[in-house]
Amino acid sequence: MAANYSQTPDRDSRTHARDTYYPGLYRWSVLLACCTLLLVVAGGLVTSRDAGLSVPDWPLSYGKLMPPMEGGILYEHGHRMLATTVGMFTIVSMVWILRTERRRWLRWLGVVALLAVIAQGVLGGLTVLMLLPWWISTSHACLAQLFFSTTVAMALFTSKWWVAGAEQMEEDACHPLRGLSLLAPVCVLGQLALGAAARHKAIGSIFHISFSPIVTGVILWVSLRILLHYARHRELRLGALVLLGITFCQVFLGIAAYMTRIAYADAVQPMPLMVTFTVIHVAVGALTMAASVALAILVRRNVPAGVPAFAGARAVAAG
Amino acid sequence: MKRLLAAPLVFLAACGGSSQPKQEPAPNLLVAHVDAATAGTITGRVNFSGAAPVMPAIDFSSNPLCERAHKAPWKAETVVVNANGTLRNVFVWIKAGLPAARWDPPVEAARLDQNGCIYQPHVLGIMEGQQLEILNNDPVNHNVHAESQINAAWNESQPPRAEHKFKRFDSQEVLFPVTCSVHPWMKSYIGVSPHPFFAVTGEDGTFTLKGVPPGTYTVEAVHEKYGRKEAKLTLDTSGKVTIDFAYGS
Repeated sequence: MAANYSQTPDRDSRTHARDTYYPGLYRWSVLLACCTLLLVVAGGLVTSRDAGLSVPDWPLSYGKLMPPMEGGILYEHGHRMLATTVGMFTIVSMVWILRTERRRWLRWLGVVALLAVIAQGVLGGLTVLMLLPWWISTSHACLAQLFFSTTVAMALFTSKWWVAGAEQMEEDACHPLRGLSLLAPVCVLGQLALGAAARHKAIGSIFHISFSPIVTGVILWVSLRILLHYARHRELRLGALVLLGITFCQVFLGIAAYMTRIAYADAVQPMPLMVTFTVIHVAVGALTMAASVALAILVRRNVPAGVPAFAGARAVAAG
Repeated sequence: MKRLLAAPLVFLAACGGSSQPKQEPAPNLLVAHVDAATAGTITGRVNFSGAAPVMPAIDFSSNPLCERAHKAPWKAETVVVNANGTLRNVFVWIKAGLPAARWDPPVEAARLDQNGCIYQPHVLGIMEGQQLEILNNDPVNHNVHAESQINAAWNESQPPRAEHKFKRFDSQEVLFPVTCSVHPWMKSYIGVSPHPFFAVTGEDGTFTLKGVPPGTYTVEAVHEKYGRKEAKLTLDTSGKVTIDFAYGS
């Protein structure tokens, strides 16, 4: 069931009258993003529970489709089952987008998402077969974060709000935002890569810890610039507040995760408190990345380059 | 079509192979010969000073079958201080000083057992080329992951009641862990020696290296937590020398 939303000429030139909102596709995209976040959590559990090699073979598990779900096998095979589900959901997404969507770039994004999930599966298999080399495991972790952000972006692009068009506002020349908004996701990805490399014992956690004030500072910079100079734009304001809130939680989760690691440094098995804080830190890291990507998308959409002041009837003046 | 299907497998095999260290070809050495009339014994003990760290009891609850195998709490074996103030599970071996020669490995295999979701023994000494027999006496699945750096690392599953696994390490490597990711508390250590002069300290914290030819040697003690200690000694024709090692918290 598709609901058409007519476009007014003053809305974002990148949305067109033929853009259509498909409620089913949007809900499916949201479901895919939620499942992907669950998959990130499952992957975090595998690493935190030291279960990465509990199933030595791939793509089968102990030569079967369903091995006994005991000990570490529960986490590793559970992760594989969730990954298969997400892979299938991504195929459905791509087919759905290709069959219904007219936006060419969104059709390409559907294809890219499928290629990413296939690459992610291959990386997951390779890291098991090659006994967890840090560079493959770290790539697997980083691609997971990028894929999650892609699914969030797909949900954003298929939403009713997106199809309705943008409310553009002029970029404040004294406080430019378009370039700055891209810096946040780049820094967050760098921080996620450092965290993944530390978890896979390629580097010490000191690098991840040392970079955290920088990435937090960049997020504060972007968010405060929006809140101080673009606050009249509701979507930008909301996006900045969400990113700030998530980052605030993430900093404290990072401290908690590190403290539990120190407390249980001599533990002979993964301790529940350490696993819990670390996995939540990984999941909220994924949310931080997705929120920074979404905010960058919002900025690029709502604050277009070279738009004259008061681009149309719905334009909002810079605050 | 078959070629297309095989290509990724070939790629995986190539990737897997390239990650392993290359084995140096063994030089053509003469077989070692020890004159029993002059051979002696190196003995000693590994002392531990200070308060013995309290080892946590392992939580087997993630697998009820593992939990059922232990009627009493089973403590981790990372540091085991004996009642006489000595340290258990220390691998002691002659690190240097032996004449260049090829020592034939014993015919019988060294055994590593998985029993009660615990590796037994916790530290195992084995000779280059000697067979390692791995048993699974548990009613649960295990994976056995040899985390060796010099020898090729491997990770294989071993279901309950499966046939014993036989493995071999062809290069000297002291020590490397063997782990099970199904049960992450399971960890043992293997020391691969090029000669038969090695021992692992037990309940009395002593070690004995028998049949050693006279000479000046560097003897090394290696503990999984407290690391390595070396001692130089000379074994003369009197046939006996004693050396103690000291670790502390």
